[in-house]
Parts: sequence; structure tokens; C-alpha cells
Amino acid sequence: MFGVLIRIDSVTKRYPDGTVAVDNLSLEIPDRSITVFVGPSGCGKTTTLRMINRMIEPSEGTITLDGKDITQQPVNTLRRSMGYVIQNAGLFQHRTIVDNIATVPRLLGWSKDKARARARELMERVGLDGALAKRYPYQLSGGQQQRVGVARALAADPPVLLMDEPFSAVDPVVRKGLQDELLRIQEELGKTIVFVTHDIDEAVKIGTMVAVMRTGGHLAQFAPPAELLSNPADAFVEDFLGADRGIRRLSFFSSAGLDLLTTPIVAVDATAEQIAERSAKGAPYLLVTDVDGKPLGWSEPDALTAGAIDPARLLAHGRPFEHGKDSLRAALDCAVLSPTGWAVAVGADGRVAGVVSQQTIGEAIRTAHAEGRSGAADADDAEVVG
Amino acid sequence: MSGGFFDIPSDLQNTYWGLVGLHLREALIPVVGGLVVALPIAQLCVRLRWLYPPVLWVTTILYAIPSLAFFVVLIDYTGQTETTVMIPLGVYSLVVFVPAIVDGVRSVPQETLDAATAMGLGPVRRYFQVQLPIAAPAIIAGLRVATVSSISLVSVGMLIGNQGGLGNLLNDGMIYHQPRLVWLSVVGTAVLAILADALLVLLRVLVTPWMPRGTRKPRPVDEPEPMQAALEDAAR
Repeated sequence: MFGVLIRIDSVTKRYPDGTVAVDNLSLEIPDRSITVFVGPSGCGKTTTLRMINRMIEPSEGTITLDGKDITQQPVNTLRRSMGYVIQNAGLFQHRTIVDNIATVPRLLGWSKDKARARARELMERVGLDGALAKRYPYQLSGGQQQRVGVARALAADPPVLLMDEPFSAVDPVVRKGLQDELLRIQEELGKTIVFVTHDIDEAVKIGTMVAVMRTGGHLAQFAPPAELLSNPADAFVEDFLGADRGIRRLSFFSSAGLDLLTTPIVAVDATAEQIAERSAKGAPYLLVTDVDGKPLGWSEPDALTAGAIDPARLLAHGRPFEHGKDSLRAALDCAVLSPTGWAVAVGADGRVAGVVSQQTIGEAIRTAHAEGRSGAADADDAEVVG
Repeated sequence: MSGGFFDIPSDLQNTYWGLVGLHLREALIPVVGGLVVALPIAQLCVRLRWLYPPVLWVTTILYAIPSLAFFVVLIDYTGQTETTVMIPLGVYSLVVFVPAIVDGVRSVPQETLDAATAMGLGPVRRYFQVQLPIAAPAIIAGLRVATVSSISLVSVGMLIGNQGGLGNLLNDGMIYHQPRLVWLSVVGTAVLAILADALLVLLRVLVTPWMPRGTRKPRPVDEPEPMQAALEDAAR
């Protein structure tokens, strides 16, 4: 599926005081994908990242980039070919946003105008308002600063992006936005991203491959997130993944395969015959939609009187899931939160596509797990759905 | 108030405004020289942490040597000249500059330095493009103290034969029993100090548009009040 861009070969980092930060680590970081190093503090994940751009030199072992030993080129040339994003962004507080982003292009000898034009282009790409170009970092929020950090790392269009806990210092809502943005940018640009985090949810969400590391600089497991969740290598990985890994794994299964029921649905202007016909199918509840087909709420069939359906008296339908786009996890969540135990599926236009019971979702999960076991490393598995 | 108010005795062989110019030259050249010498010393102290305490110790000892003692030694080499007055002033400024620059450079956040390194800025570029600009407010704070203190200290040059700029008027005021000359000296020196300080504040505002408004003082606790320091110096 991918080529290998960075190969870490038997790398050990030992400090003069005897501390071993990374212990005989070997792994291959695939091209044009996001590889996440995750683990508790002191597991050597940041040390590993910093050995890739030689901010830390390994005690033993070699690292190759595109087949070439990274020590074979001048260190600053190597670093300028790798974007670097850091916690709290690490922006140059004395430079405007546009000049921060233009740093590496300027180092590479671009003219000021060309570098600034490129910087403005990148601001747009990372979702920053162009009006911020002349501002200084202190005038931006934490999330905006982090976007500038990403834009600065991308400025010279490096093939590799190193990200050291880039989203750890922002609040959860902003973090989710930044993660989604990173995935979107990655879809457009296809960089080789090495990402360090201590947050396993973040790792599972954004990683194409996840390297779980444990204290002492040992690699515990290196696998795609779906495989990590289904087959943790040992008790440490299982524990690190947390108690609800079964539920979280559902994120990797699409809701497209769910069989939706379209019978227990009536429009708000339904005739008495339509109501009677739909109730005759034996459904305990009917979903009432507006005239456009958007969900209004649930009701017992007996409580509905043709021509006099009061939307205010219906049971809330909860948040619907988008059929085919959202994952089984989202579908199950909708069913669990629904007062009737039935989840509402909608299409991209927000109109009801059908309804599905917890029981049906449960069967789909069992089927998906069975398939997942037979082909755990399936390429489709690696895509996060919703 | 005719021109007569600013007339000064002929033994000084200068006009009032000539003395003002002399005073400024004798005060500012040592400050600039001190800054130029302090920059590399401070950078060494930042890179070699163990060096900082002994360097501070030496600058403090030098500051404690009275200027008269300096004159006695220097006159053998540089004579009764402006240079003899300016050398001790330059040496005194180190006690302000070295800690100001060291603290300023150290105040650059580690992640900013890491980001600079990771983007491929070598040590020299990192110093001139990142550390020094971010240290600028602290350095200018030191510059204010050093400048004001130097302006007040120049007067002591009077002791080696009218090399004290406006300070020379103090001696003449006593000899000729003319309080007017003393006022011209004292008020003139104070006005120069205030104007120089105001210009440096303006300079800081101009070079640091990147600092949040209202927090232009980087470390209010560490920053001595320039005028107060000058008054203390004047007592020397």
C-alpha cells in the first residue's frame, strides 16, 4: 500500500548517566501516511521523533530517509526538509504570522515576496483568516497559533512532517477541530507524518499506523489502529487502550451494511389509512417526519390521529446518524440514546433513510467482528469512518 | 532671561551648549562600548552556565571601585583626557548590561528555540534572528539604567581637570560663588538624563510591536527604576 520512507534500524539512545530513553527500536515508517508514536511519559516517543531530525543523536543504530542515512547530509539541510510542529506552537513571538510561516522558505533563499505569497496561501490551507497575516502571535488564540505552527511546518513543502504533541495544549473542542483539519490537509497533500502523542484516542483517530511504546523505550506494538483495538499484543497495550476498546473499535466499521427499516415511518400529514397500514406491520413505534422527510419524533401508533399530529407531543428522536458515512459506533450511540431503542438513519440531505433497532445493530457488529478477524489488516479497516 | 543666563566663565573655553555636547559624548560612548563588550560576554554566560556567577561577581567588584581610583591608575596611560573618564564609565555599565542580556536571552521559551533549531537555523542565525530580538526589551531596560547612570557620573571628570562636561560648572560655581552655574549643571544633567530615558522608551515601543500592550515591561520585578539608580550613582 505504501513505500517505506523512514527506516529506524536498531536505534538505542543512552544518556551518560545510564538512562536508556530508546531501547533497540526498529520500525519502518510508511510513505504518505500518518505514523503515530503513543505511550506514557518517559517511553521515548519524543526522543525517537527528535532523532529523526537529529536534534538528538542516537547512541547506536541508524535512521535512513528514503534509503539514505540521515547523517550523510548537512544537518540543517535535513531539518529544512522536515516540517516540525511542537506543543504550544513555539512561534517566533517577535515576527508577524506571515513572517513566521515564511521562515523556512526564507532560509532556503526565496525572495521575501515569494515567501510571503506562499505563507498567505498556506494560511488559507490551514483555515486561517488572511486578515491575521500582519498580526503577532500574542494576538491569536491557542488553536489559531497551532494552525500557524502547522502552516509554518508546511511552508517549504517538505516531504516529512514531524509533530510533537502538537494538539495537547488546546481544549478538547479545538483539538478535535485541529485533528479533523490535519486529516483533511493530509488527504490533499499526502505527507509522511510522524506524530507523537500521549493520547491513545488521538492516535487511533489520526494514525494510519500506531506505534505503542512503553516506559524504557520499548516498542510494545506497531499496527494499524483497528488491529491494535482488536488484537492488542499484550496486557500493557490492552490496558493502555482502555476499557472501552470494543466500543471504540466500532469506529472502524461503516454503517453502510446496516439493513434499514423504512416501514415504521409516517409523514406528519399522513392519512388514517397510511397510519393504520404502517402500524399493521407490528412496529411498537412509528417515526413521524415532516413533509420534507426530516425526522420529527417517535410515537406509539395508537396515539396518532390522522390530520391532528402534534409534533410537540412526540418522543424525541435523538441525534440521527448518517447512513453510510457514520460508523457503527455512531449508529449504536444513536440507538442507545434513543428513548425507543431505535436509531434514526438519515441521508446526506438530512431526510430519513430508515430506522434501525439496537438488535439489528448488534447483529451487524457481530458480523463485522467476524469479518474483521478474518482480514484484520484489510486496507479498508484503516480508514476511520465518522 | 537674556543669553547672559547661559554665559559661562572663560576658563572653561566652551559655550554651555558645547559643554552639553561634550557631556553627552562622554556619557554615551562608554554605554555603547559597554554594550558591545557585554554582548559576547553575556552570550558566553548563556552557553556556559558555570561562567555566569563568577562574571557577575567580577562586574560587581569593578562597579565597587570608585572612579577616582580608576583615574589615578589611568592617568599614567591616558592622561587628563576624556578617555580617562570614559573607561570607568564603560566598565560600570557592564554590571547592568551583563545580567540584562543574560536574563533576556534566557527568557526565550525553550519551545521557540527548539522550533528554530528544528527549522534548520544554525547557532548564529538563531542568536541574531531569534534570541537577540526577543531579548531586546530586557536589553533596552538595561540600556536605560546604564545611560541615565552614565549621564550623571560624567560630572566626576571635573576632578581630572575640567573633563566632566556639565560637571565642570560645579567647580566654577564654587570658585566664583555663582549658584547660577551650579543650577545650570545640575538641572542640565537631569534634563539630559530624562530626555535620553524618554528616547529609549520610545525606541523600545518602536522595536517591540510584538509585545502585548500593557505588558511592555518584561520583568517588572527585576527592572530597577533608572532614575533611582542614577540618584544612587550620583552619590558616589
